[in-house]
Amino acid sequence: MSANLSALLYLVAGVLFILSLRGLSSPASSRRGNLLGMIGMAIAVGITLASHPPADGVAWLLVILAVAIGGSIGAVIARRVPMTSMPELVAAFHSLVGMAAVLVAAGAFYAPEAFDIGSPGNIHPQSLVEMSLGVAIGALTFTGSVIAFLKLSARMSGAPIILPFRHVINIVLALALVFFIVGLVMSGSAFDFWLIVILALALGVLMIIPIGGADMPVVISMLNSYSGWAAAGIGFTLGNSALIITGALVGSSGAILSYIMCHAMNRSFISVILGGFGGETAAAGGGSGEQKPAKLGSADDAAFIMKNASKVIIVPGYGMAVAQAQHALREMADLLKKEGVEVKYAIHPVAGRMPGHMNVLLAEANVPYDEVFELEDINSEFAQADVAFVIGANDVTNPAAEEDKTSPIYGMPVLQVWKAGTVMFIKRSLASGYAGIDNPLFYRDNTMMLLGDAKKVTESIVKAM
Amino acid sequence: MEHIAQAVDPFVFRLSIFVLAVFVGYFVVWSVTPALHTPLMSVTNAISSVIVVGALLAVGVGMISSGSGWARGFGFVALIFACINIFGGFLVTQRMLAMYKKKSK
Repeated sequence: MSANLSALLYLVAGVLFILSLRGLSSPASSRRGNLLGMIGMAIAVGITLASHPPADGVAWLLVILAVAIGGSIGAVIARRVPMTSMPELVAAFHSLVGMAAVLVAAGAFYAPEAFDIGSPGNIHPQSLVEMSLGVAIGALTFTGSVIAFLKLSARMSGAPIILPFRHVINIVLALALVFFIVGLVMSGSAFDFWLIVILALALGVLMIIPIGGADMPVVISMLNSYSGWAAAGIGFTLGNSALIITGALVGSSGAILSYIMCHAMNRSFISVILGGFGGETAAAGGGSGEQKPAKLGSADDAAFIMKNASKVIIVPGYGMAVAQAQHALREMADLLKKEGVEVKYAIHPVAGRMPGHMNVLLAEANVPYDEVFELEDINSEFAQADVAFVIGANDVTNPAAEEDKTSPIYGMPVLQVWKAGTVMFIKRSLASGYAGIDNPLFYRDNTMMLLGDAKKVTESIVKAM
Repeated sequence: MEHIAQAVDPFVFRLSIFVLAVFVGYFVVWSVTPALHTPLMSVTNAISSVIVVGALLAVGVGMISSGSGWARGFGFVALIFACINIFGGFLVTQRMLAMYKKKSK
């Protein structure tokens, strides 16, 4: 296959990847988009095998074996993973992209002639620069994602781990990394190559351990971005446009998602990266709130009020997913709709543990996506709603974010549930939320607290209807 | 006759593709509906595994030098990882997208 033809076909693959992301602009076109992505991948693999076929039988065997092993592991994981575990799955996938980038670069380093970048010990300096950037970002993505995976899957505490002098350590590591990248370009020595890998691996760990569990939606998006930049770096080494285009797409996608998540939590990207947030326990919640009485309600009261309402807005949070209450919730919504009540769902961008997580969880429970609305689209409707039904969410409904300038979450965009006729809160207790901040809404006159497990409470409301 | 224009380094072309693709990515991703941000992340995972082309090159090298064996080894592991991601990423995205249904009227 001529080099020009294969370069053109790689370009086709790159365009198909763009179209696969473009498809995600609406659920209706998304399935076709995903298919286009698969076709793009098949084209990319096909051209590579046609233009640079494995050298001998053993190499073919290795290719088939690796595809069989990797493909079946991937297929099994994709089928089995529960939707609540999507954040840790995505983190694990990021780590694999990072490690693959490191390994591909290592392969290119030891067999440069196969990649058209020179001969062993005499690799073009420019290729070494591109390669070392790909390796450094890849290694950092790998360990960073492993830590994020451990934190998200609760195999490791979500509390930030603050080392003394951590900023100094990180800066020294980063400088050493730059130093050895220059060293590698000058000398082309394998020692420098592996030092870069080790330094970047260490930096990845140190960058993510000080970041608390609450900031994980930002971290996971950021690592998504890094995995893209790592792929782009390798794309430059290989001179492959499909890889360069994809790396750029994924890099900017992750960066935009990080921005959206930071904005939704009213946090600056820098302060997330510096870490330390989410560790302090509810010191702020102690004072004023607790003397005030909260109005407790029963499932019967809730069922009665909602049946007689004309509009109910449901505000789900991660607590709902933990309690596996989404199916009971949808049952409740179906009963309400039968009574002629208008039911809508309001989603805060950080309602789940990753961007868009709550939407997937609701979709899994057969909630139609055209009943689900984003914060900015539905916030004006709470004033016309008779009931705001808050289940497993807390901080994202806290009026202190708009009213109390001293609150740590002041300025964060929140769902204005308090404007509804009645606010129903399903919660385990009156304790403060994830961010450790008291919610004054619990003690308002139009608030009814339904204490207990989200699933059990919802089920008893369904029975009472 | 001497060439009037100097040949442009291929790197410059690659950089142009890269920069333009960053802009394409910027606009395409902002048009993704927030409801599909999780599938967006899983599908970007899958497509960034197009790094598989590098793994295929590494695993397929001819045994001509002492480094070739190493390259094959690294390529083999990279190919496994990339395939986990490709199959896992696309299939889990497909599974998620199949759940998004419209209101039945």
